[in-house]
Amino acid sequence: MDRIPILKIGDVLLVTIQVDFHDRIAIALLEDLSEKIVDNSAKGVLIDISALEMVDSFMGRILGNISKTAKLLDCHCVLVGMQPAIAITITELGITLPGIYTALTAEDGMKLLTDMVKSKTNGKTSAKKQEAKWR
Amino acid sequence: MDREKLIVTPLMLGFQELKTEDDLIEMRSAVKRHAADMGFSALNQTKIMTAASELGRNVIEHGHGGSVQIEHIRELDRDGIRLTFTDDGPGIADARLALSDGYTSKKGMGLGLSGSKRLMDEFELISPPGTTVMVTKWM
Repeated sequence: MDRIPILKIGDVLLVTIQVDFHDRIAIALLEDLSEKIVDNSAKGVLIDISALEMVDSFMGRILGNISKTAKLLDCHCVLVGMQPAIAITITELGITLPGIYTALTAEDGMKLLTDMVKSKTNGKTSAKKQEAKWR
Repeated sequence: MDREKLIVTPLMLGFQELKTEDDLIEMRSAVKRHAADMGFSALNQTKIMTAASELGRNVIEHGHGGSVQIEHIRELDRDGIRLTFTDDGPGIADARLALSDGYTSKKGMGLGLSGSKRLMDEFELISPPGTTVMVTKWM
């Protein structure tokens, strides 16, 4: 079965969704990623969806679940590279992705993750302040 | 009659069985390809493809499999793409409820029918017996 590769760069796990995003691949990704977060004590996950042609409600739910699961495992999740047509379509469809951080490029996303991880290690109050700023 | 109507016989672009997830993925790309060939904008291609994915998923999950028919429909002054999803499943007992936002059969986000209705220009649902959903997007 096809699986989406998960790359490790420092504290961060990098996932690029390139294949046709099968439902079962999506579910496998959620499981693989959760395990890798714990195994590597990863502090951040960067998910690149720039190659995705569309996001429907099922995929939206999986992406939301990945982010929520990561959060429970003390890990931040940033979604990067969403195409404008997809942003418009999922908004019209009615998908909201509450609590999901996004960045336009992988570079911006990486910077956001680094900042989030840094502020967290600097103490809880500052992390809260930072988080308020990003929201 | 405020506008003249001339309806040319629809041009059949494709027909596909919808039984497995692979069928769903194949159908999505076929729909996108036909929409692109007809000259729909990139945004509308994405909207049509997303609506097709939602409705195709319903056919597979709730209708126990069925089919989709893709057509190019033409009227006097406009062209459109029409997708007709059909299944022989249990059907939808309360269509009005099923069309409301947030109505869910648990697996998705409860946006399948209502969301695809928003993404397309026309939406028609006939059920039961079985379920037929016909959606159209005009160029």
